[in-house]
Amino acid sequence: MRWIWIDKFVAFESGRRAVAVKNVTLAEEHLHDHVPGYPVHPPTLMIEGMAQTGGVLVGEAFDFKENVVLAKITRATFHRRVVPGDQIRLEANVRGDIRPEGASIEGRITCNGRLVAEIELMFAHLDPSRAPVESSEDNFIFNEDFIRMLRMRHLDGLTEGAAPDDA
Amino acid sequence: MALSRDEITEKVREGLVDALGVDEDEVVPDARIGGDLGAESIDYLDIVFRLEKAFNIKIPRGDLFPDNILTSDEYVQDGKLTPKGLDELKARMPHADLTEFEKNPTVQDIADLFTVDMIVGYVETKLGGDGD
Repeated sequence: MRWIWIDKFVAFESGRRAVAVKNVTLAEEHLHDHVPGYPVHPPTLMIEGMAQTGGVLVGEAFDFKENVVLAKITRATFHRRVVPGDQIRLEANVRGDIRPEGASIEGRITCNGRLVAEIELMFAHLDPSRAPVESSEDNFIFNEDFIRMLRMRHLDGLTEGAAPDDA
Repeated sequence: MALSRDEITEKVREGLVDALGVDEDEVVPDARIGGDLGAESIDYLDIVFRLEKAFNIKIPRGDLFPDNILTSDEYVQDGKLTPKGLDELKARMPHADLTEFEKNPTVQDIADLFTVDMIVGYVETKLGGDGD
């Protein structure tokens, strides 16, 4: 499972707000092609990172029992480049409330306090009958790997500035 | 402080421009949300959330866009609304003009009832009802 574009959650308020961080490193292979000689973290992967941050926020509201999928990218505006060595902070806020029909997320990405991107997304719950045929699990979005990698079992009440967890 | 119909229209227009990515001048009173402004199913929910935030109102599921009428045998037969279905639709959408639709009430044409004006009327009703 390598398509994870956030590294960890640093704040989590169930049903309302989640903050994750992602470290950009020259060890990421795609940076050598994006762009040759001038590595820049792709805006598309920042959208994906925000979708993952928001997706976990929306998923947790239903205890990760539903397959939450990105339904719409309403808006994505980018203000600054992100380069290797940067740590970006992805903050997702729920607009209104999370409903069985779906949810709307207002996202902001910053780096060292400066605005990098503003991203608005909408999520919906996928009907089980529309899950990929190859998937044997009931939930192909929140599978065990994803949950474990992002330490999603320990999100509840996570606040910024709390003591770092042990390795 | 009560909002005038013009003020409501302006805020509804902003919400539709943001949700649907259309130009301001496309959002005219009789523009259909689906047919003219290109809204798809997820967009209807986006519109609901934005209206709730802009006007500080609550819009329960099916209140603005009565999708649940379409799923009942009582209200729909062979792609058309039954008399009961038509009555239900009238009750649920008092702010919509159903005179043309009534002549041939097909399910397909229900979406045409969702116009900018209909939304403005709905918000006006909600604000008028909640105000003192």
